[in-house]
Amino acid sequence: MDSFSTLFVDDEEEFLATVLKRLKKRNLEVMGANSGEEALNVLKSRHVDIVVLDVRMPGMDGIQTLREIKKEFPLVEVLMLTGHANMEVAVEGMELGAFDYLMKPVEIDELLYKLQDAYKKKSLQEEKIKKIKTITK
Amino acid sequence: MDNSIVEEIDHRAALKKNVLLWSVCIAITPMILVSCIILYQFRISYHQRVNAHLEELVAKHRQDIDTFLKERLGNIQVLAGNFSFENMSNERFLQERLNILQQNYGPVFVDLGVINFEGFQVAYAGPYKLKHASYSDADWFKKAMANNSEYYKSDVFLGLRGVPHFIIAVRRTSGDKTWIVRATIDFVYFNSLVEKIRIGETGFAFILNNEGKFQTHAVHDVAPDKSPYRDFLKYNNAEKKEIHIVEHADASGSTSLYVASFLKHGDWMLVYQQKSSEAFADYRRAVSIAIVIVILGCVLILSTAIILTNKLVRLLTKIDREKEMMNEQIVETGKLASIGELAAGIAHEINNPVAIMVGEAGWIEDLLEEEEFQASENMNEFKRALKQIHIQGKRCKEITHKLLSFARKTGSRPQDINVNELIEELVDLSAQRAKFSNVTIVTDFKEDMPSICVSQSELQQVFLNLINNALDAMEKDGGDIRISTRTDGNRVVVVVADTGPGIPSAVLNRIFDPFFTTKPVGKGTGLGLSICYGIIKKMRGEIEVQSTVGVGTTFLVKIPLPED
Repeated sequence: MDSFSTLFVDDEEEFLATVLKRLKKRNLEVMGANSGEEALNVLKSRHVDIVVLDVRMPGMDGIQTLREIKKEFPLVEVLMLTGHANMEVAVEGMELGAFDYLMKPVEIDELLYKLQDAYKKKSLQEEKIKKIKTITK
Repeated sequence: MDNSIVEEIDHRAALKKNVLLWSVCIAITPMILVSCIILYQFRISYHQRVNAHLEELVAKHRQDIDTFLKERLGNIQVLAGNFSFENMSNERFLQERLNILQQNYGPVFVDLGVINFEGFQVAYAGPYKLKHASYSDADWFKKAMANNSEYYKSDVFLGLRGVPHFIIAVRRTSGDKTWIVRATIDFVYFNSLVEKIRIGETGFAFILNNEGKFQTHAVHDVAPDKSPYRDFLKYNNAEKKEIHIVEHADASGSTSLYVASFLKHGDWMLVYQQKSSEAFADYRRAVSIAIVIVILGCVLILSTAIILTNKLVRLLTKIDREKEMMNEQIVETGKLASIGELAAGIAHEINNPVAIMVGEAGWIEDLLEEEEFQASENMNEFKRALKQIHIQGKRCKEITHKLLSFARKTGSRPQDINVNELIEELVDLSAQRAKFSNVTIVTDFKEDMPSICVSQSELQQVFLNLINNALDAMEKDGGDIRISTRTDGNRVVVVVADTGPGIPSAVLNRIFDPFFTTKPVGKGTGLGLSICYGIIKKMRGEIEVQSTVGVGTTFLVKIPLPED
């Protein structure tokens, strides 16, 4: 499988650190961000394929951040991470273009599968775009 | 709690007393007032009527008696005026005169006599041998010879003959001779004049002289106490034409009515006496009828007031109780809602640390994969401990998710659901477990149940919870679960009854509280029934529980039909 870069956004540093360590150990290219603002900054400077976004954060919350990401980087896939089964937020997120949502505490394997799925979707999308571009050219 | 109950009972008793007192007072007071006023007025007018009647009666008889006396006097005056002393002294002539008088007036005149100025009876006609009798000492003779009047009517006396009688004497003076014609009036005849005055059983009349002596026979027991007559005799000095009426109680306590009038220029008095009880019999009857009616009315008012008051108080009590129950329900609902919100907050806050813990455990697991640790002799223990952390982390997650689903406001979409089919599926699902617990599930469905419009998954959750609880309760000893459906008005009713050990009444009202569980620690979360409660309330339905220890527990779920 191609390697892809992931940005993990969560305000809880302990959680973030552990997840990053565990994902890195699985040879994933991951970065962390403590807030929505920071995440957007990272997105501007680095190439990121997938963003895992906590819904409840101080400052810019998950939904706002999602909106910004989809506006500026429409091709980046976003996985929502919720603390509880908040259907309204989940539905809103899906409507805004999030790939899926996961509930904390999340199994590392489940997270991995979702990330791979998200990357697959992104790759397909990019291929489609390339094809469209070649056809239109 | 006890105090408030006592207060409530006191309050109700006071209320009852007040209402009763007021209604009875307001109803009875005017009745008694009106009765008294009418009776009083009636008494006055009735007394006036009776008095007027008696006055008339007495006046008429007085006139009769006066007339009688005047006429008899007239007879004698005619005799004395028309015939000379010589004629009258002739006994045969006198006897003829007596015969003529007796022929004309009946046996009124007993005898006739002619008496000279010395009181010596010179001639006599009559049944007694009184010729030559001397009256010179007799009271009547002295009065007759007195100069103030030409005639004299005596009181009743025994006289020489020893029989009660009275006499009429007329004095004549011819030349130098003064003589007296005397006639005796038959006492029996005169008596009959007065005795004729009789009314009822106790009304009768008699005549008294001004010393209070009887001039006629009194038919009945004349009051031994003579004070009323004496009172009348005092009037002697006053107006003599007046008729006097007095009510007087005798020694025995019974009151009598006395009507008196003077006769014979105040010498005699005609007295009519009648017991008041008889004279006013009609009035007394009216009074007793009125009293009976008033008493009956009072009894009626009292009983009506008591019945109405009891009804009123019962109604108020019922309303109070309903209000209380409603308050309790509101408080209960509010409590569950606030607990739900609180639970949601806690669940969310707990989720993050749990996520970190599970994450850290995962990290350790990852590190243990490294080769350098593989040789460790405690490797298996590490793995077991980490696995346990994962399992418990998952449990925390389940609890928080259940809590959140209890608290969440939106659920899956409502759709038309046939309750019978839904329960049938659940029974199939539970069949395996039931068989294992030696429990028989019996269904008793009403056919053609109308469908309800609710969330299917939520309704499934409710009944699955109820069935699972019943199965848990009967896990050891087995038993029956009976699920029946029916309609009740515009509601669908599902009854889930088990034959398990039952729920003690002490905890029965807590079973819908979140986190309340009777299961051993680790077996239940205590959220199942509160979730059921939340779901059914959201459907605007009701969930009720009845339980008897040792007999079983019955849950009633009532869900309203959709409104068209």
